[in-house]
Amino acid sequence: MTTTVNPPNPEQREAAMDRLRHGREAIAERWRNAPRWVRWVLLAAVIVFFYALPNKEFYQYLGPIPTPGANFTQVMFTVSIYVLMAVGLNIVVGFAGLLDLGYFGFFAVGAYTVAVLTSPSSDIKTLWPWLLVVPVAIALTMVSGVMLGTPTLRLRGDYLALVTLGFAEMIRISAVSLPFLKGQRGFNQIPHPPGKYADGKPIFGILDARPYYWLVLTLIILVVIGVRNLTHSRVGRAWISIREDEDAAQLMGVPTFKFKLWAFASGAAIAGLAGALFAGKQNFVNSQNFELLNSIIILAAVIFGGSGNIVGAIVGGGLVAYMIERFRGIELFGLELYEYRFLFFGLVLVVMMIFRPQGLIPNRRRAAEFKDRRKEVIVGE
Amino acid sequence: MLLEIDDVSLLYGRIQALHGISLTVDEGEIVALIGANGAGKSTTMRAISGIRPVASGRIRFNGEDVTKLRADLRVRRGLCQAPEGRGIFPGMTVLENLDMGAYTRRDRAGVAQDLNRVMELFPRLAERRKQAGGTLSGGEQQMLAVGRALMSRPKLLLLDEPSMGLAPMLIQQIFNIITEINEQGTTILLVEQNAQQALARAHRAYVLETGRIVKSGTGAELLHDPSVKEAYLGVA
Repeated sequence: MTTTVNPPNPEQREAAMDRLRHGREAIAERWRNAPRWVRWVLLAAVIVFFYALPNKEFYQYLGPIPTPGANFTQVMFTVSIYVLMAVGLNIVVGFAGLLDLGYFGFFAVGAYTVAVLTSPSSDIKTLWPWLLVVPVAIALTMVSGVMLGTPTLRLRGDYLALVTLGFAEMIRISAVSLPFLKGQRGFNQIPHPPGKYADGKPIFGILDARPYYWLVLTLIILVVIGVRNLTHSRVGRAWISIREDEDAAQLMGVPTFKFKLWAFASGAAIAGLAGALFAGKQNFVNSQNFELLNSIIILAAVIFGGSGNIVGAIVGGGLVAYMIERFRGIELFGLELYEYRFLFFGLVLVVMMIFRPQGLIPNRRRAAEFKDRRKEVIVGE
Repeated sequence: MLLEIDDVSLLYGRIQALHGISLTVDEGEIVALIGANGAGKSTTMRAISGIRPVASGRIRFNGEDVTKLRADLRVRRGLCQAPEGRGIFPGMTVLENLDMGAYTRRDRAGVAQDLNRVMELFPRLAERRKQAGGTLSGGEQQMLAVGRALMSRPKLLLLDEPSMGLAPMLIQQIFNIITEINEQGTTILLVEQNAQQALARAHRAYVLETGRIVKSGTGAELLHDPSVKEAYLGVA
């Protein structure tokens, strides 16, 4: 950041902002106009890059990108889980426009389902294999999404935000105090996904996070393909119309409640999947894993990246999760930066909301809606 | 009778907005509902389209009791409302907005045909087809709202204040189009503050005051009714 003695005059600033805007639009424009094969090649390159990223042979050449204070492969696993959840929350918040403040609660439901059904420390001792429990975890989170959504999605706006906030707290407090859920002691020896290398060693384990990362990355790609198809269908149009104007959507014959419930349940299912992956990877689940802060971080990540845009959600989820870890082990003037990570995060969010409320990579429609709302405010005054 | 409303009351919380309203719309008619601000005109529309549940009374549409029917299902029955003012989708383009109007329909050929018809009725919309709805002017948005409602090919078109906030010339124009739509065979129930225009165009009309219907008659009758003149037409 440069500090000048004289603040730039408004015209200069306006001109600079304009150049910035044009620069960004030029990139978007170039992407849209590029031949199909160029886009595919670039996309393939990005995917290959992310598959290669957790290998030390690769990331040691990447300069400042690897995290100094933490195992980079482990960090990348965390990042991938956040990205998966951001993609899921983006359906709820970005597409259907439902403010969900307790999204992490569904993650907890997924993780605990796996823990209870697979861990030897669980009371019911079913000891099912991981792979069998994943569909159960997804189904259960979906059911909890429907149970939470059915009474609340008939309400509008603020009510839903409050109810979801309460839901996440309920899950957390249940985890802390229900004897059945073991509180701080938690569940150990949660099994890993199946699969062995040629030499008989299991692929998935605690020490090497790479297979887990690759698994999550693959699932992200599959989920994104699914979500993309959905948004280009009648379902997607219905979601967007609900977000833009719920009354009008209903007047056009969109069964709004049904579609809101669908958005809510699909978002929940993705969080459940993320929770199941997390439980397997950590091998251990206890009540400390599910702070309310996590819900806020994911929501902020989606908005930061550009809610309503899948790429925006991915970038937001990835950047936020990565930056938080990046601060670890850095000292500045004797201060451990990691301790202040949320201070920076909050600061970035405030600045973002002032200068770019539609997010880093906004959705075209969303940007127009913002303009429209702003106009409405002025008219209303 | 295409639409029959019998003794409908509606509450907003503890405030009673409609006190036992009854009205009918026959096939092929333009019926106007006039009244001052807060008389309950838009509320009546919301009750008919199903956005607001009624407290008591019955609504029959096309021979079917729709009192408890969900709003989106009423659209499927052929009851479509162009919402008041800014009820368009601001982030969608004009074409996407019109496309949403045809959300309940599966007959692609018919939809394409109706799209052409809307574009003919509103050449302005054709010019702006790729523009985001939120960036249109007030008049254009109003046209878009009417055009979008037409896309569902309704049996009964509900228009809520189609002339609100428009310049006098545009008001003329939008009422001409309303008459034209009606002549092409769509029944219309119209809510208006612009009583002069509404009464001149409507076959029949109702006057609404504080949630009650106080007068009804043909458009021409009410246009010459002294009390209506005084209260709504600005003539002493």
